[in-house]
Amino acid sequence: MDLNLTGEELTFRGELRTWLASNVPNDWNEWREKPIEESFPYLRAWQQKLHEGRWAAVSWPKEYGGRSATLMQQALFWEEMARVEAPPMANSLGLGLIGPTIIACGTEAQKKRYIPKILSAEEIWCQGFSEPNAGSDLAGLQMEARLDGDHYVVNGQKVWTSYGWVGDWCELVVRTDASAAKHKGLTVLLVDMKSPGVEVRPLRQMTGESEFNELLFRDVRVPLENILGKVNDGWNVAMSTLMYERGSYGARLHLTFKRYITRLIELSRTIQRNGRSAAEDPVIRQKLAQCSAEIEIMRFNQMRAFSRITATGVPGPEGSIQKIFWSELNQRLQQIAQELLGSYGQLLGGDPHAIDKGIWSYAYLRARGNTIEAGTSEVQRNIIGHFVLGLPRSY
Amino acid sequence: MQFGLSESQEFLKDSARKFFAGECPSAEMRRLMETDTAYDAALWSKLTDQGYTGIIFPEAYGGVGLGKVELMLLMEEAGRALLPVPFFSTVVLAGSVLDAVGSSAQKKKYLAPICRGEVRATVAILEASASWNLRDVQLSAVSGKFTGEKFFVSDAAIADFIVVVARNGVFVVDSKAHGLKISSMSGMDPTRKLYVVEFSNTPAEEIGATTDLPRAFDVATAALAAELVGGMQRTLDVTVEYAKTRKQFGKPIGMFQAVQHQCADMYLETESARSAVYYAGWALEENSPDAATAVSIAKMYASDAGRAVGNRGIQIHGGMGFTWENDLHLYYRRAKASETAFGDATFHRERIASMVIDSGSVSAKIV
Repeated sequence: MDLNLTGEELTFRGELRTWLASNVPNDWNEWREKPIEESFPYLRAWQQKLHEGRWAAVSWPKEYGGRSATLMQQALFWEEMARVEAPPMANSLGLGLIGPTIIACGTEAQKKRYIPKILSAEEIWCQGFSEPNAGSDLAGLQMEARLDGDHYVVNGQKVWTSYGWVGDWCELVVRTDASAAKHKGLTVLLVDMKSPGVEVRPLRQMTGESEFNELLFRDVRVPLENILGKVNDGWNVAMSTLMYERGSYGARLHLTFKRYITRLIELSRTIQRNGRSAAEDPVIRQKLAQCSAEIEIMRFNQMRAFSRITATGVPGPEGSIQKIFWSELNQRLQQIAQELLGSYGQLLGGDPHAIDKGIWSYAYLRARGNTIEAGTSEVQRNIIGHFVLGLPRSY
Repeated sequence: MQFGLSESQEFLKDSARKFFAGECPSAEMRRLMETDTAYDAALWSKLTDQGYTGIIFPEAYGGVGLGKVELMLLMEEAGRALLPVPFFSTVVLAGSVLDAVGSSAQKKKYLAPICRGEVRATVAILEASASWNLRDVQLSAVSGKFTGEKFFVSDAAIADFIVVVARNGVFVVDSKAHGLKISSMSGMDPTRKLYVVEFSNTPAEEIGATTDLPRAFDVATAALAAELVGGMQRTLDVTVEYAKTRKQFGKPIGMFQAVQHQCADMYLETESARSAVYYAGWALEENSPDAATAVSIAKMYASDAGRAVGNRGIQIHGGMGFTWENDLHLYYRRAKASETAFGDATFHRERIASMVIDSGSVSAKIV
């Protein structure tokens, strides 16, 4: 065990810091509050710039335009991005989830065709997994793909598709064998979102935004060369994507949470409670301390998991711990923010009395989704129970 | 950066697990807990042969010179076995205090025999106030003598000497010293005995100032958290095993999500406590500026998680978990005693608050 950065890690971080110092845009703060539709070209340009510096997908193998970065280097990457408050990248699903899946499961032709444009943000990717009747029970999905010559003809509906509105391509899970056991009849298709018969509708969520979309497919024709992996092996292909999702996402949250708690501590000094500053109130102190500690523990867990994954090669079901930990922690964190801010906590962005431009009311509502998205806490606990602890399947 | 155990650390942990399983299985632990002192000379000498009694101390005093992470691993395994015998009192606590505070001559006199396994010792800290805040210590040596009392002193009856934390310094009192009276307190944890230690004009040898105590206490606090992790792991293991085999309604109860999700939470709590403890061990070893914060984070989390894991484990065992013959309650008792010792979660949250709110410096050094 050695938690000091290695020479290689220091070099990596040094190079990144130098690059960021002269390339990170300084006007992101003016853009971040605009609707995503308006800021999207800005995010695309930022990714393009990162790509030119070969920083868009550091985790990817060198031959595909990445840096073959170790998990620790990836953590450093996100940490540095957060430190300079860099904008997010436009093609975050393509870079984080779908690209790695294509690299792992795709044909040479597919890699050549899709990978460069994922990197350059020329083609934005979305993910068609969940359906109205297949959420936690993803393997029960119904979207039908019927073989017709050298094409599949796809019919059905997908929900909770991030970036659907701007997606050029979609990693779509479909049912290719209705007679097989439910995990066995699925196939992953790479679908051109401009294909005739694809309809994208906004799905308004409780925050008022439409981060997600509904996708409707009516007789959409997908050529057979767009099968990712093997026919009827879609469950394994989709699962490898979800493992990446659960494994890596938590790493980016540490500094975000840390910024929240630092700001709350700062606010606690100015907010008055019972005739003294909230920072002197023993109950508030207990809660802020608990949260600060848990934010650090989230980090320690992540680092231990990284070291384990480095030893074994692939992200495993341990990622479920991270998913439960960060999502529930953020809900506790936002509740503490609300307690601390009292009546001000509810104020929305437009209100002239809102603290921090209303981010706390937004963050509180948005955090409610954390224990649902990317696999509910209940599903994560099933995964730990069955795959980690070896308990019998409960469903 | 590598937040996994090295090969030699894995080896130490494995061999400690096997050693404790072989030398102190449940039956032996139960035999010892029924005795007055929970001590066994033969077991102690085997611990010594393993090098455990000198694990973190300099070779100059007969120690093995390993690091704090190794100490965490050893304590984790000791906790898994619910090891009675005064390893924590003698080695972790008295040893660390002597190592931090004593002169070289005093270390030769007191620490070296600990390393060689020749003596048992403990540290007397708490007083009637039961406050873990060192500022609340009232006892003072007057002309090299103590008159007063200390409470909750672990393993005092078998200690050859007692290290005493006083207002005006750290002292050593010999077990045969004049005016020393040791009487037992009936604590919840039968595997670690507690005592009242009374002094009446009792001579004491000054070891050093209290200024160097906090670091020694941090080592002991982190080690206690490590021991809690071992107990949690054991509770988790036997509970998962039970959930796989115990059948109700024709199914193993581990098939029910109400049970399975509790097991998942036990796993999450155990692993998170372990991460915090390993980090604390590393921060102590490296003398990292955030070491004190890291220790409080570990003890805070492990104190609450130890109790939570015990609760879940007993709950899942149902009526079996509530019986005397099942070991779970023994882990539950130790977890409660260790939760309080060296400050409970509330105590450490306040300590964290003073570091992150009042001085504004938090942050683990990691990355």
